[in-house]
Amino acid sequence: MGGGDTAGRLVRPFALTGGRTRPSRADFTLITTVTAVDPPPVWATRPQPEQQRILRHCAEPLAVAELAALLDLPVSVVVIMLCDLLEAGRITARPPHPVSANPDLDLLQKVRDGLGRL
Amino acid sequence: MAGSDTITRAAPDTVKILIAGGFGVGKTTMVGSVSEITPLRTEERLTLASVDVDDLAGIEEKHATTVALDFGRITIGQDLVLYLFGTPGQQRFWFMWNDLALGALGAVVLLDVRRPETSFAAIDFFERRNIPFVVGVNGFYGDHPYPPDEIREALALPEHVQVLLCDARERESSRDVLIALIDQLIEAATRSNGAGRLTPPDR
Repeated sequence: MGGGDTAGRLVRPFALTGGRTRPSRADFTLITTVTAVDPPPVWATRPQPEQQRILRHCAEPLAVAELAALLDLPVSVVVIMLCDLLEAGRITARPPHPVSANPDLDLLQKVRDGLGRL
Repeated sequence: MAGSDTITRAAPDTVKILIAGGFGVGKTTMVGSVSEITPLRTEERLTLASVDVDDLAGIEEKHATTVALDFGRITIGQDLVLYLFGTPGQQRFWFMWNDLALGALGAVVLLDVRRPETSFAAIDFFERRNIPFVVGVNGFYGDHPYPPDEIREALALPEHVQVLLCDARERESSRDVLIALIDQLIEAATRSNGAGRLTPPDR
């Protein structure tokens, strides 16, 4: 993965992902919350500029869709970079609340109460 | 995993609701009226490989399209955040963005009574996938010429699907549509639990 440090903003999105168009993990949905690991693990290598931007944005927990909107990049491109960051131990990812055919009444009641306060 | 021990702030649990309907029916307006943030926009590139539609007849191999959607956020509590996603109305292929519908609590289908047919595709989509939804009739300048029952009949909607008159520009009106959806979900969940109480089964 040479040349990563020279990648600027004026490159085509998939150049940021080393030409890959599919994530290696399917666990990033639009509302998966990602958080930068701080301090970074001792074995961490220097992140690319785009990865650095992601890490700055998710110093506080942030949903993937929000991150993509802030970076102005397609979601699939952001997800590929998040896969790399997750594998490098630089972020943690929390999947959304699972929604099944048998919904969680506690959760629904909580959402209802929250909306009632609006 | 040494890295995972260093996290101090817990990420919130997240859920989502889709706001769907035809082009120009008020989806982004509704997202914006209840969201705590100005609606954000994100997009996805979809590759349409030999889709069997008239539009693409004669176009060989693959056809790529970009689908954009607007979304907003409502913080329910420190540990729970609700996202609202307005499905794109003008692109015909938004439904191929699988992640959109997957894992949604349910949907609001907005309807403009002057052009109801523009929301038929959204109703079909959620019915076919068994995704719970309510219909919000967004009045043009708050005007509602038809009662909900007449609209329900015209759309051939089943009894349990609520039809609500609303004004997507108004925060309270939009909020009430969302609450109606959650109430519908609570009712369905209570029914399927059989016991008719609002407490979850013991673990």
